[in-house]
Amino acid sequence: MKKEYVMGNQAIALGAIAAGVNVACGYPGTPSSEIVDTIAKRNVNKAIHVEWSINEKAAMEVAAGASYAGARCLVTMKMMGLNVASDALMSLAYVGVEGGLVVVSADDPGPISSQTEQDTRLFAKYCRIPVFDPSSVEEAYEMIQDAFEYSEKYKTPVLFRPTTRIDHAYGSITYDENACPKEIPGFVKNSKRFVIFPRLSRMNHEMIEKRNPEIGDDFSDYRFNVYQGKEGNKKAVLAGGAGYAYVKEYLQDRTDVSLIKVGTPHPFPERFLLNALKDVEEVLVVEELFPYLEEELLMLAGKKQLKIKVLGKHTGNSPLAGENTAEQVAADVAAFLGEASNETEGIESSDASGRPNPPMRPPVLCAGCPHRASFYAVKQAMKGRKANFSGDIGCYTLGNAMPLDMVDTCLCMGAGITMAQGLHWTDKETVNFAFVGDSTFFASGMTGIANAVYNEADMILCVLDNSTTAMTGHQPHPGTGMNMMGDVVNKISIEKILKGMGIEKVLNVNPLNLEEAKSAISECADAPGVKAIIFKSPCVALFKPTEKCVITDSCIGCKKCIREIGCPAISADGKTVKIDASMCTGCSLCAQICPTGAIKKEVR
Amino acid sequence: MSYNILLCGVGGQGTVLASKLLAAAAEKMGETVHSAETIGMAQRGGPVTSHVRIGKDAYSPLIPKKSADLIIAFEPSEAVRNLDYLKDGGAVITNEVCLKPVTESLNPTGYDGKEMVEYLKKTVANLVVLNADKLCEDLGSSKFFNVAVLGVAKGADFLPFTEEALIETIETSVKAGFVEVNKKAFLHGVEEGRK
Repeated sequence: MKKEYVMGNQAIALGAIAAGVNVACGYPGTPSSEIVDTIAKRNVNKAIHVEWSINEKAAMEVAAGASYAGARCLVTMKMMGLNVASDALMSLAYVGVEGGLVVVSADDPGPISSQTEQDTRLFAKYCRIPVFDPSSVEEAYEMIQDAFEYSEKYKTPVLFRPTTRIDHAYGSITYDENACPKEIPGFVKNSKRFVIFPRLSRMNHEMIEKRNPEIGDDFSDYRFNVYQGKEGNKKAVLAGGAGYAYVKEYLQDRTDVSLIKVGTPHPFPERFLLNALKDVEEVLVVEELFPYLEEELLMLAGKKQLKIKVLGKHTGNSPLAGENTAEQVAADVAAFLGEASNETEGIESSDASGRPNPPMRPPVLCAGCPHRASFYAVKQAMKGRKANFSGDIGCYTLGNAMPLDMVDTCLCMGAGITMAQGLHWTDKETVNFAFVGDSTFFASGMTGIANAVYNEADMILCVLDNSTTAMTGHQPHPGTGMNMMGDVVNKISIEKILKGMGIEKVLNVNPLNLEEAKSAISECADAPGVKAIIFKSPCVALFKPTEKCVITDSCIGCKKCIREIGCPAISADGKTVKIDASMCTGCSLCAQICPTGAIKKEVR
Repeated sequence: MSYNILLCGVGGQGTVLASKLLAAAAEKMGETVHSAETIGMAQRGGPVTSHVRIGKDAYSPLIPKKSADLIIAFEPSEAVRNLDYLKDGGAVITNEVCLKPVTESLNPTGYDGKEMVEYLKKTVANLVVLNADKLCEDLGSSKFFNVAVLGVAKGADFLPFTEEALIETIETSVKAGFVEVNKKAFLHGVEEGRK
């Protein structure tokens, strides 16, 4: 056994390995990405099949197939990935599984790096499958192993939903470094079980509805559904996930108020709660995202006619949106208990008057990022023409920031391509651009392009190909020639895909060559139909730069470089401009736009 | 023991390695440790924080406000931004060299960090102001500030671990080729901190 200080996502990965996982797949997305990365890094003798699937739906289906053969499978994604995978998961919930299948869907209260504040617990209820909700790194390690057990016990896929503060928190776990994958029994054909037909669905639907209360009863004895407090308490706090950690921080080991933790929000462990709530008259529910536990408790109270007051989001006793904070929870619990909270009193009385405002620091594209050059080239080439710029999900969403201001829309993975078509059908005079990264292209861009070709839309597809999945930590994808088993594989050519779909004009350009890029864009803007430009230049975070740009004496201080491209390495220095040598990668976009040629490239 | 350390700075300054070293050193001393990091979108030049919590009673992944024993700031405005976390009588170590956001070049507000340092001097009794460029002059790159500043914290007696535990941690946690230079950075920091 080995003790190690690990990130929550590493703990989840090590827990899955300890559970004998055979297949681990997923699609990167903050805050879930490090789980598959970790399994790949610790895949002794390549005994586990590890893959970044092209998207979450593909991952879910790969896992479903392997699970039918009795393999233990882990699928990971962020919560919006679950929307993509839901087609497969919803049906799989009806069919059921053979080998344990655990779907990690990481929620992101805040949201810190996401488009929505959706709640995986509600999704579990919608799918009618169990969900586990860890409240600490250590618990996540244990709980993921339990999740596999329950999945096999009830032959159902189960959800496991950590939140950012569990995924990216660190704690110590002790694990077996010699854990091996389970023996895979092998696929036994049984079309009555594995082919979903309306009759099967009808039958299994009833089975599932009868089964879930049994699981809820089983969960009532589950080791991570626990409460502290003494008998006869009139007040209780009900919490789960990171919310529980904040309440525990405030209450510590107090027994004069009950603290109830629910680690399995669905099916709701009713017997456990009825027992924990004996004599309780008032409950404060502390949770992030949806008022899930609150509504379940209200339903239970209605069902059992409990005389209990349930306080939470619906009653204005806790915040409706955003992530919990230790001090907000402390204040809410203190108010509920009629106590003065040190935390809130302290904050209110602390003297912040006269405190200078720290500057805003919106995230920006890195110095030397090729996306900046691509956006700038399109902006310059389209000067004076009406054009829409549909963006997408990835680092390049940051192209919306001033001074580039080149992202007019951003909705969800791959949507830029199809939204550009929608915009086109409302105004055929405007040129419509769609920007998509290489990983997003494979994940969900291809169908949108087929749609454009088939329906004869006019649009320009700009693939920002930096040969990696940059935003989530540089994962490989089908275009990179590497996979998670450490194999070098054939690269799938984006250019050939586009040509294969019938796009005649597919241009490859180096975005760091401004004139070349601009003329390619102008050429496409004047042609009808679907055109594509692949802007190829690797992510700057992958390489140590060998060059840098320097300002020479001929700088006249016009600051065009600052005004137009917004590179974080360039700043005003009195009347002239300076370049931070430690940040500059020598991309030379600034040198290409300098009206006096005052910026020179040097070897580092 | 219960001890909370908040590290703050701007994405890319190396706060994550510093927080990992602190956590590992505390573990080496037999303590229970938890920490939490900013990862993702905010890393691209945005404000980042690492919360390091030492002690059995720390359940929350984040340090509650007014509970940090020590704030280590890699940039002066980030120290001010996180000042609500400092507990009464807590200590602050800050770099005085400012990092201007890109927006500052576009819409200048005159931010140069000085006002931040002045405010800290007025309001924090237990304050150490460093100049990362000067501190790291002999180390070849101000990128070693993240380890040197831990040395300063130790030298100034703000850290509840032994010097040996921290050095051992550097030896086991840092990539092989960088152990010596990081040890040098740390020891240089210790000397500075003692002053």
